[in-house]
Amino acid sequence: MTPGYVLLEDGSRFDGLLCGDPEASTVGEVVFNTAMTGYQEAVTDPSYAGQIITFTYPMIGNYGASHDAMESTRAHARGVIMRDARNGTDAATADSGWLDWLSSSGVLAITGVNTRALVRHIRAKGAMRGSIMSSATSQADAAAMIATEPTMAGSDFASLVSPDSPIEFEGDGPHVVALDTGIKSSITDQLRERGCRVTLLPSSSGPEEVLGRAPDLIFLANGPGDPAAVAGVVETVRELVGKKPMVGICLGHQLLCRAVGLETFKLPFGHRGSNHPVKDLETGVIEITSQNHGFAVVGPDGAHTIEGDDPVRWQTGFGEAVLSHINLYDRTVEGLRLPDANAMTVQHHPEAGPGPRDSRHLFDRFLELVG
Amino acid sequence: MPRRDDIHKIMLIGSGPIVIGQAAEFDYSGVQACKVLLEEGYEVVLVNSNPATIMTDPEFATRTYVEPLLPGPVAAIIEKERPDALLPTLGGQTALNLAMDLSADGTLEKFGVELIGANREAIIRAEDREVFRQVMNEAGIRIPWSVTVESVEAALEVLDSGEATLPAIIRPAFTMGGQGGGIAETRDELISIVAKGVAASPIGQVLVEESVIGWGEFELEVMRDHKDNVVIICSIENLDPMGVHTGDSITIAPAQSLTDPVYQSLRDIAIKVIRVVGVETGGSNVQFAVNPADGEIAVIEMNPRVSRSSALASKATGFPIAKMAAKLAVGYALEEIPNDITRATPAAFEPTIDYVVTKIPRFAFEKFPGAEHRLSTYMQSVGEVMAIGRTFRQSFSKALASRELDAITPIPDSDADLLKEIEVPTPERIDLIMAGLARGIKVEEIHSRTHIDPWFLRELASLALDGDGSEGKELVYNSVDTCAAEFEARTPYYYSSYEAPGSPSEVRRGDRPSVVILGAGPNRIGQGIEFDYCCVHAAMTVRDCGRDAVMINCNPETVSTDYDTSDRLYFEPLTLEHVLAVCELEKPEGVIVQFGGQTPLKLAQGLKDAGIPLLGTPVEAIDAAEDRGKFGALIDRLGIKPPPYGSAMSADEALEVAARVGYPLLVRPSFVLGGRAMEICYSGEDLDTYLKEHVQASPEHPLLLDRFLENAIEVDVDALCDGEEVKVAGIMQHVEEAGVHSGDSACVIPPMSIGQEMLEEIRDASAAIALELGVIGLINIQFAIADGGLYVIEANPRASRTVPFVSKAIGAPVAKLATRVMLGEKLADLELPENNSTHVSVKEAVLPFSRFQGSDSVLGPEMKSTGEVIGIGPDFPTAFGKAQAAAGVALPDEGTVFISVTDTDKPAATQLAARFHDLGFKVVSTGGTAQAISRMGVPVETINKIAEGSPHVVELIADGRCDLVINTPTGSGARADGYEIRSAAIRHGIPSLTTMTGASAAVRAIIARQKGPGEVFSLQELHAR
Repeated sequence: MTPGYVLLEDGSRFDGLLCGDPEASTVGEVVFNTAMTGYQEAVTDPSYAGQIITFTYPMIGNYGASHDAMESTRAHARGVIMRDARNGTDAATADSGWLDWLSSSGVLAITGVNTRALVRHIRAKGAMRGSIMSSATSQADAAAMIATEPTMAGSDFASLVSPDSPIEFEGDGPHVVALDTGIKSSITDQLRERGCRVTLLPSSSGPEEVLGRAPDLIFLANGPGDPAAVAGVVETVRELVGKKPMVGICLGHQLLCRAVGLETFKLPFGHRGSNHPVKDLETGVIEITSQNHGFAVVGPDGAHTIEGDDPVRWQTGFGEAVLSHINLYDRTVEGLRLPDANAMTVQHHPEAGPGPRDSRHLFDRFLELVG
Repeated sequence: MPRRDDIHKIMLIGSGPIVIGQAAEFDYSGVQACKVLLEEGYEVVLVNSNPATIMTDPEFATRTYVEPLLPGPVAAIIEKERPDALLPTLGGQTALNLAMDLSADGTLEKFGVELIGANREAIIRAEDREVFRQVMNEAGIRIPWSVTVESVEAALEVLDSGEATLPAIIRPAFTMGGQGGGIAETRDELISIVAKGVAASPIGQVLVEESVIGWGEFELEVMRDHKDNVVIICSIENLDPMGVHTGDSITIAPAQSLTDPVYQSLRDIAIKVIRVVGVETGGSNVQFAVNPADGEIAVIEMNPRVSRSSALASKATGFPIAKMAAKLAVGYALEEIPNDITRATPAAFEPTIDYVVTKIPRFAFEKFPGAEHRLSTYMQSVGEVMAIGRTFRQSFSKALASRELDAITPIPDSDADLLKEIEVPTPERIDLIMAGLARGIKVEEIHSRTHIDPWFLRELASLALDGDGSEGKELVYNSVDTCAAEFEARTPYYYSSYEAPGSPSEVRRGDRPSVVILGAGPNRIGQGIEFDYCCVHAAMTVRDCGRDAVMINCNPETVSTDYDTSDRLYFEPLTLEHVLAVCELEKPEGVIVQFGGQTPLKLAQGLKDAGIPLLGTPVEAIDAAEDRGKFGALIDRLGIKPPPYGSAMSADEALEVAARVGYPLLVRPSFVLGGRAMEICYSGEDLDTYLKEHVQASPEHPLLLDRFLENAIEVDVDALCDGEEVKVAGIMQHVEEAGVHSGDSACVIPPMSIGQEMLEEIRDASAAIALELGVIGLINIQFAIADGGLYVIEANPRASRTVPFVSKAIGAPVAKLATRVMLGEKLADLELPENNSTHVSVKEAVLPFSRFQGSDSVLGPEMKSTGEVIGIGPDFPTAFGKAQAAAGVALPDEGTVFISVTDTDKPAATQLAARFHDLGFKVVSTGGTAQAISRMGVPVETINKIAEGSPHVVELIADGRCDLVINTPTGSGARADGYEIRSAAIRHGIPSLTTMTGASAAVRAIIARQKGPGEVFSLQELHAR
């Protein structure tokens, strides 16, 4: 391994050792994930497109890499920052070593970094652009490269990770048609486990294309980037709201909210991990959830957070939106229902993969909308 | 629903004396619970017989009862106090079992006491193996197959029918730490382990269970609130695979080798388990076996209460499980409680950590020669260390350093021998593995012998070959924050880490002067909770005196390592390197080394050499007390006598010195705590054997030889000294014969048979020694009174293990006063209450012999007890009886008493026999004693001594035909018979008394009890009198 470093756009530098190609470099939004398991799931989650993931857990790679852990067909994160990476293949499930897999997947990784110091910096200053560089590259050159990278706010990554053509999964149950802005396989798995027939459409598909597929339920997928930058999909969704039952997860939740006129904003450093408590206001139950998002929906009165545990309401062009879930860490919006439009969304990842499975039952609730 | 207003007074039961499987962690959890309940405005009635606990300090409860943890006394307390509720889940298995007894016998119902935390049904579902199995089967949770049996015959039946196969695990029902269980690989082993297990189980039931030996072992700490919200606090992976009790395993948090799907499956199952068992609120742990080949998961067991693992999980994550459990028990929901550490987020979340935690158990096999040197499914460790590091290697190497081993594990020269040795799990196995890896033995080879996950072995290999990865990095301190830095931590709980150069330290030092208190490290025999108690008192006092208290310790079981105890906690090994690193950052006003036992004392010289100021007694004084020559000269100057003594630097010299000093001799190596390798030699032959078997005398490690004073009364003194004035806090008279280590001997305050003149002489001698040594703080002095003369045996210028007992007995916080003195205050300005009370306090030791199969169960000059209890009463017999009961030695009300005494004791013994006869006991005796008794006209049955052949006294005891043993041995030969008798008594749980004072106390205790149950009174009432 050769010396390398992480440089942030504010000039902060964190040294470590590059894993893989010593000539390689990468630039992206530097974020952190606090989960202690599921590193490969994270890197293959399309929602991480355009981002460099800092794992707060120091020992990453312990159980190797496996085709079972793929959340999509390839790696999407641009880089990985770790404290003490491992490349072993001892685990029965390991197909290859983690670092070997990263390297063959074209993801630049750096280890030996004081990730805690880096995370504390991001926590204080917010997620920002940064790079992983070989120490042979000067800090000035690295800074210049960072400067050419567009900021995450305003970036449309969703269309980049969307498939070129429809993908279909057979099933005897309701037909779920998804606008695929970067769907995780755990989501399609959950739908298929419930017997759904699933069709994934390119995110550029228009309302007619969606309706032409005769969906029983329209699904708005997770995905990367700023929801405000995906104006085309928002337009499509606006056309579709109320016409068919509709469900959204993560980016999909944000897109539906924008489509009905709600606003989104960038969180200071996002929610990425497997331990966020979310309260289901319909049942009062608290679920520990898997989270991966950098933006959130603005509350009814324009505030970023919600006081109290009441199901507050927004007025939208499609009837009332009712808050259904709240994040107990920072009291941001975690989900809502549009009863008049027969739609519901959640910000977190009920499909898990990685992370706790407390919220998987929501897929049953989603399918109840089909009637 | 927030706080419950329908209950006002809550009873909390502690876990009693420290025993193997139940240690200081329940003081930690109990203290947290007491604090929370008082803060919430409840009245707290605490019952715990262990005086060395912080929780039994009067300020931690409204009413504190140091009564035996038995249904009778606790029912009496309930009747007197009328609590609304009983919280049974924070005092270990002892509290849980006691609560079940009080529920079964109707006491709780009679007095309208509600069980909170876990109800009777939930406890049964978790604890009764058969019910647990049914509940798990109904819930579709895979558990190893198992059959419940209540006899060896039944076990053989299921084996022969094919319902059970070997190897199988035997687990007795309702025992803690798996006591009485084991792994049976052969039919014979099945027979012997089932027999032991049936005997150990209070309901005579054992489970014969499928062996999943070699599978990975994992544990999840779970919390549930009354709203049915469940969170996982911590996952723990055992380095030692299934087959070694989790308390004896090296464990790592969080789990290292699990993929996300397998971890999530464990999580789902753990949540399901706590729900179907029905633990309504609080913490539980669920233990799993995971087959590494295919990820198959089986649930092994669950504890419906706070446990040793939850203490570890609390320290490992910063999430205070016991505190939360107490809040949940009184009505709060997880979402209503703020996370202590972030203060901004709720407790309804799952901690995530950005470091690795290693726990390594500490064993004491060397104390129990003859015990089978093998780890199994029942717990044998006496303590543990925990270390936090940013990487596995850093964490593990810190944990290894924290152990403070007395001896270096001998490593076989040949790889073949080494590999053979590691096939058996032993305390030393990890050192052998490290040595093997360092020597280049392949991970695969070690894996095939040990089944330890190759991931761990590769990490260990990398540690053994390349070090801990600290090279080129800088030492910084990170916070333990429950959230991997996602939120700001408010709690000053730190660990050191090597990070890239230029990394920031997170310590917020502030401007106040700080005092560093060095803790006691892992619990060992001879160094236990008593020292932690003193360290906690030091921290409290330092804070009261306007300084920041800084604690350094590596023992996760303790109150001292609760982040609430000090202003800053550094969870670090107590080695010079790590302590100096903290001192460099803290720049303390001084370091306190007097309170943590031998561990910090060993660092005193090194700290002084590094220019770190030490508070209290100077290093020179410590040295003068430890050094025989210097100390001998010092007491000589004072005109105080020691027993004849000498020291030797070789075996030949030892024999020579022995002849001059005279036999019997007390022999031991210098600089030891708890009497390691200390023995009484009655002849040159004995000494020869000792020298060959135990200790190599050398100029670096001289051997100490003291004349052993037979028939002496031993006395312990704890005193405070400020350099100008001395105040004797307590004079304790030992109940046991001389020659039993003071830590293993019962003792009493005030002394029961020492005259005023002698007491004055003891006070004067103590004062003279303390002043002459230059003690600032505490000193413990041991005296012997023989033939009317006073001899000083040793002086230790530090807190002794009797300090908590003395404090409880006299009602004054001795360690706190000592801390003030060390900070510069004068005794004259401090309030040390004159002890005018008439009550009598007895301390009794609790011994772990039943844990060490095959060990010689005898008391001697080497300390073997793990813990202690206190009995307080209006007179000595009552207090003695309570202490015996609290220690688990049930004095009989009727039955058979065996009496065999030395000639000098025969007159007293005949009177004793007459009293037993009058009380309705049958008296049995041997030879001379029987004749003497018979001559007095007392009916007595004569039985053979061992040498006289069968049927002899040991058989009488073994057959359960004896309820009490009175045996006063002296001299080598008689002692040998006495050893056998005493061993048999301990093995079969029969009380045995070795002194006439003890025996007559027992008679009087029995009489006192026959008159009816004694009064129960709280410490608060007692010391207000």
